Amino acid sequence: MARVGVFICWCGANIASTVDMEKVTEAAAKLPHVVYATNYKYMCSDPGQKTILDAALEHKLDGIVVAACSPRMHEPTFRAVAAEAGINPYRMQMANIREQCSWVHGDVDEATAKAVDAVRMMVARVAQSLALEPIKVPVTKRALVIGGGIAGIQAALDVADGGVETILVERTPSIGGKMAGLDETFPTLDCSQCILTPKMVDASRSELIKLYTYCEVEKVDGAVGNFKVTIRKKAKYVNTELCNGCGDCWHKCPYKKIPSEFDFGVGNRTAIYVPFPQAVPNIPVIDRETCVFFKTGKCRACEKFCLRGAIDFEQEDEFEEVEVGAIIVATGYDLLDHTQMGEFRYGAIPDVITGLQFERMSSASGPTEGKILRPSNGEEPKVVVFVHCVGSRDENYKEYCSKICCMYSAKHAVILKHRIHDAQAYLFYIDVRAGGKGYEEFWKRACVEEGAEYLRGRVSRVYDEGGKVIVEGQDTLSGEQVEVAADLVVLATAVVPAKGSEELARILGISTDKDGFFNEAHPKLRPVDTATGGIFLAGCCQAPKDIPESVAQGSAAASKTLGLLSKEDITREPTVAVVDPLICTGCWNCVNVCPFGAPEKSEITITVDGKKVTRAVSNINEAKCEGCGLCVATCPGNCIDQRGFSDDQVYAEIGGYLERVRAAKNSD
Amino acid sequence: MTKAEKQKEPEKAPQWKPNIVGFLCNWCSYAGADLAGTSRIPYPCDVRIIRVPCSGRVDPLMILRAFREGADGVLVSGCHPGDCHYIEGNYYARRKFIALKKLLDHVGIDPRRFRVSWVSASEGRKWANVVEAVTRELLEVGPFRYEEDGDD
Repeated sequence: MARVGVFICWCGANIASTVDMEKVTEAAAKLPHVVYATNYKYMCSDPGQKTILDAALEHKLDGIVVAACSPRMHEPTFRAVAAEAGINPYRMQMANIREQCSWVHGDVDEATAKAVDAVRMMVARVAQSLALEPIKVPVTKRALVIGGGIAGIQAALDVADGGVETILVERTPSIGGKMAGLDETFPTLDCSQCILTPKMVDASRSELIKLYTYCEVEKVDGAVGNFKVTIRKKAKYVNTELCNGCGDCWHKCPYKKIPSEFDFGVGNRTAIYVPFPQAVPNIPVIDRETCVFFKTGKCRACEKFCLRGAIDFEQEDEFEEVEVGAIIVATGYDLLDHTQMGEFRYGAIPDVITGLQFERMSSASGPTEGKILRPSNGEEPKVVVFVHCVGSRDENYKEYCSKICCMYSAKHAVILKHRIHDAQAYLFYIDVRAGGKGYEEFWKRACVEEGAEYLRGRVSRVYDEGGKVIVEGQDTLSGEQVEVAADLVVLATAVVPAKGSEELARILGISTDKDGFFNEAHPKLRPVDTATGGIFLAGCCQAPKDIPESVAQGSAAASKTLGLLSKEDITREPTVAVVDPLICTGCWNCVNVCPFGAPEKSEITITVDGKKVTRAVSNINEAKCEGCGLCVATCPGNCIDQRGFSDDQVYAEIGGYLERVRAAKNSD
Repeated sequence: MTKAEKQKEPEKAPQWKPNIVGFLCNWCSYAGADLAGTSRIPYPCDVRIIRVPCSGRVDPLMILRAFREGADGVLVSGCHPGDCHYIEGNYYARRKFIALKKLLDHVGIDPRRFRVSWVSASEGRKWANVVEAVTRELLEVGPFRYEEDGDD
């Protein structure tokens, strides 16, 4: 018989208000294997932990059940307590009586019965739990950052600052991300490029940072401490060793009317191009889709004019495998494609643009050299309507607040006034959210000093008439219908996860929330981690954020990464599969199903009837086993079991619960 | 549903509550069930949850064992197809369970007693709905008696 102690947590009133603590304790004390049961207000607190330590000593416990919150919350806490008490941490199990009981059930009797069952199941499980030792694996001291926007750049710089080699993968031809395209930044109005480009250059000059631009992450294998990442290096058709970024090629490229992705279509680019003048690296790529040579087989103008012979039409995508110990995901955001949103007739009226298009126009290095112009006729707009919450806070599109729009719309209104002094800005808003240092003051400034007209209400219709864009909406403060005849309409469209996020989540094995943003491990306490060890998040890929927040999270992810990589080796969960070689028949079903290549074909020599016999059997490579248990459930001969999730443990849980049920049924 | 079950239902219906064993994968559905808790979304009290690393870890024998030991219903919930934390465990699970459902029918266990669902870590609401639906269905199907249903 095991000697199990059961510790039931009130979690203040969180559990105790719905689950009868005394009844659970009483029931627990009567269970087989249980030699001690008690309850306490906060088991995770210092005195709570001491209760466990003291009881372990006094009652010579060799197993612990903590009935409290989800093991996803406090399993590490109580495993540490078990270890301190001299009990193997894997003989500590948590019964989840908060998230999966007291918080979702109102009836005290029902919830108490469920809590008792949960304790029964876990006591039975502990009795079947073997003592396990964590597996130690050496750490690869190299980090990967996916996404070269401000969050990714900051993360890469900080990791490199800590002396760790960093690979920065960016799918476009240059790092810089969305911030590189912005004009001035709120609330200080400092120039975005002036503060970003030095960082971009730092990243490219750092000896510890390897830039992989125009590259994408194709595949990720392995686990925390030792990931194997396959990077697709898209063909640039330019020899980066030879190219010196002189620009002759793109000036000579005859095909100049390709809408620039970087400018969101406000400006054009050539088929061989750098996305913007300050690009890092300042090396062009040829866009295969739009290059005349690739389409017709004729042209090669860039090749003719390149004095260094850097153009190479024969290039193909290459794949490179790199080994890293940690991954920081900083893939950023896109704007909601609202060509679907009929009320704004986006795309149908040229003078209706998005906030990011406005940024490109007002940027001094943008396609209009900082002049704000009407796309329809190239004239200066005198009346500009800014619409907040386009697709955000709207249950028809995105329920959430995109967070940055209130501030950037106010900034746009200020910039408009600075560039075109006699222009008038109107802003349709739901309410102004200006939570941030200096933010409230900034939008007030837009309103009071810069004369922006704030209209509280939603826009109902936008249409063109007589060369103007008519915006109809409601001013809910005056209760009147408003109609503005605008020259330009700027939509603050919802921030959504960057295109391809879903695919990347799959590659990385991390989860997304209902809107497609990557999930953090805990919304309050682990905002930078993902549930997958060794993968961290930074910037807008986790939720909409402004620049300071993205930078802060980039630094936070870097510090997490450095913490992880500062160790010589890390411990991995010992919950791996184990083959019994004496009964394995070598059918290789396990080899065939394992997604990680952990089961390996090997041999054993045994003595049968005095003769030595060599048999082919499967053997699990612990370093590769991720502990999913697929092979265990697949093995037709039941020759594989999983430590920490053994068949016996699962059957004990089933039995622990259903024994009670059968007893009740029989007494009917 | 067998004859024996049908006859019992009317008298049992008012207070009877199904006993359901739920196998939830650690990465999606268990986290989804936790989220239902954090979001305080109420749902029926009749599922007892067993945490497993992956729906692919669930051996069909575990489900049969649960029925043999007196469960009225079994629920397995994992990550959405394509979203498996272990890449493809849930695909294997899905195939196995399709076969198991047929087997259950064959041996006289109403296949409605066994359900598979895909609940992600962000779908607390969906988890509550799944439990609601499973419970409602089992209330219709009624209690399960292995001795009477099977040949043991």
